[in-house]
Amino acid sequence: MSGDTLTPPREAPLAPRAVVINAEHLTIRFGDVTAVDDVSFHLDRGELFGFLGPNGSGKTTIIRALCGLIPLTSGDATILGMDVRKHAPDIKQHVGYMSQKFGLYEDLTVEENLNFYAAAYGLAPAAIKPRINELLDLTSLHPYFTRRVSQLSGGWKQRLALACAIIHAPEVVFLDEPTAGIDPVARRSLWDLFFQLSGQGVTFFVTTHYMDEAERCGRLGYIYMSKLIALGSVADLQKLPDANPPNTSRLELEAQAFQAPAISALLPRLRQFPGVREATIFGRAIHALVDTASIDPLHTAFPQLTIRTIEPSLEDIFVTLTYHIMAEQK
Amino acid sequence: MTDSAQVNSRHPRRIFFGLRPVARKEFTHILRDPSTLFFALLIPILQLFLFGYAVDTNVRQVPTVIFDESHTQQSRSLIQAFAASDIFQISTYVQSEAQMYATMRSGRARVAIRIPYDYARNLQLGTSATVLVLVDGSDSSIAGITVDASTGVALEQSLARIPGLTSQPIEVRPSVLYNPATRSANFFIPGLIAILLQMMIILLIALSLVRERERGTLEQLKMTPIAPLGLMVGKMIPYGALAFGELCIILTLMRFIFQVPIHGSLILLLFMSVPFLLTVLGIGLIISTRAHTQAEAFQLAMGTILPSVFLSGYIFQISNMPAFFRGVSAIIPATYYIQVIRGIVLRGAGFSDLWLNALILTLMGSAAILTAAYAFVKQNAV
Repeated sequence: MSGDTLTPPREAPLAPRAVVINAEHLTIRFGDVTAVDDVSFHLDRGELFGFLGPNGSGKTTIIRALCGLIPLTSGDATILGMDVRKHAPDIKQHVGYMSQKFGLYEDLTVEENLNFYAAAYGLAPAAIKPRINELLDLTSLHPYFTRRVSQLSGGWKQRLALACAIIHAPEVVFLDEPTAGIDPVARRSLWDLFFQLSGQGVTFFVTTHYMDEAERCGRLGYIYMSKLIALGSVADLQKLPDANPPNTSRLELEAQAFQAPAISALLPRLRQFPGVREATIFGRAIHALVDTASIDPLHTAFPQLTIRTIEPSLEDIFVTLTYHIMAEQK
Repeated sequence: MTDSAQVNSRHPRRIFFGLRPVARKEFTHILRDPSTLFFALLIPILQLFLFGYAVDTNVRQVPTVIFDESHTQQSRSLIQAFAASDIFQISTYVQSEAQMYATMRSGRARVAIRIPYDYARNLQLGTSATVLVLVDGSDSSIAGITVDASTGVALEQSLARIPGLTSQPIEVRPSVLYNPATRSANFFIPGLIAILLQMMIILLIALSLVRERERGTLEQLKMTPIAPLGLMVGKMIPYGALAFGELCIILTLMRFIFQVPIHGSLILLLFMSVPFLLTVLGIGLIISTRAHTQAEAFQLAMGTILPSVFLSGYIFQISNMPAFFRGVSAIIPATYYIQVIRGIVLRGAGFSDLWLNALILTLMGSAAILTAAYAFVKQNAV
């Protein structure tokens, strides 16, 4: 084996709760623009961490900084104990990356793409074939091995992109909106793959806009205007004080018969109602955050609706947190 | 985490890491995309034929209008003398001054010769006979040469009238070295090779990197341990090889189709082409770090072609340029390569004549490649 050879990382005995990614007070500025503002978090081995936030909030910048592509303005970050400032080339050997842009060569075949990335990550020639077969088993891409990528559907392309991203058996995988624009069935089977790998000890850092995907993650971070404003499991987030302001209740107001048009007609009235902080339509119902004191007046004002208290959904939480920050900034 | 540190320490951080996979992948791209191959190989050949046959700066057979008011044997013999030179081609005779000017204005003639009614009489009297020669100055090369040629005709005719003079008092015997037939093709095709290679290489390599940026694969590459120089040089090898093949094809066509003899060493020419190819590959890479779309890359590439065409000595002599443009031409790689090709092909120059050009091109090439790699690394931060 040559000096370039990658040793499969999982030979090493692992501490049960090893910290794989550690970011402390991460700040990144481009000129006057602060893209990432004092962000701290850590990921344990085998964790599947979901990272949410609007477009342009700094999600991709954090990934690029953690991979050593962008210099940190201040703060510290380590991956597998390696400082991202000093060890970027080494970190790349242990980190996989996949974006919604696939990163595949459409005019090359599945085989050629896999071979290219295997060599690009410096796999020993003898190790390439067995590793590719392993990945073909994992992703069920065997029948497409000699096809050109341009002939594959979005779902299969994304599986191939994943295979290319993990060809060097990385311990950490960054997925930047991995399922954007693919159908629900392909989405689900891709997530099954993520869980399978995470069960083997691979740590996932996933950015997404889909709330159902976020709910699958063990822990979540929510970034808004370059700041990490929430961090924790879904249950942790539901208990956040900022997501549940004091003396408020989260209600579901449902039309008794099938009256969807009526519901949308009610929404503006409801938003004007004193004590209603947020209201939005969910199917046949309206989800609202209201002052607890206004619950009774609501019953009187909207007798046609069934009203009950609910737990906030992830989307509710993020919307409330965002409004909260916006209000603070004013 | 000491385990991973050990794994890493066994992996040397080579500055050309990833060169081989990138080069192999790029070869596959080229072979799989017939339009690129077509563009790369055939277009320069078509241009070679186009320019090789069309460009002829020798002035010959200039359409000439005659307004002969004399109508004598003497005037006819003067017209004969003009017609006998290769420069003038008598196309029209007119009967009035107005017609003469009209013919010039319309462009049907570039030269007008007016022989006055007293021409023959003045000759016989021994006083100076005048002939008016009007030259269309809108094409400066035609104007210069026709003025000289008409003076020559007059001088020859005058000497012939001196009694007893059997030979000219002073006879110049010009002998043109290196390109005895003064064929334009011999002069232009070697220069054209530099221009065509430059255009082809800069475009191909710039487009190949910008295409990766547009399709998002560049982002993916940056996440791999491929080193910037590994990527750059890995891309240069296939396109450099393609350009070298094209150079051989064009030289073959030049030698056997356009009949331009190669007086110097072909091996030396191929050898000294390498630093030029590296330089233009490097320029293509620099463009690719600046351009965000293929259209932008195309425009930037074309932007480098124009100065190379006009300021490299390919068309216009550098020594005739104002100081500023001479300075510009000194930083254009094609300037040095055109001197190399012309030197070897036309004059049979050797390495001892051209080593400085090779050195300058090597330095320019290294600078271009390092600049491109540096710009590429800096770009990660954006």
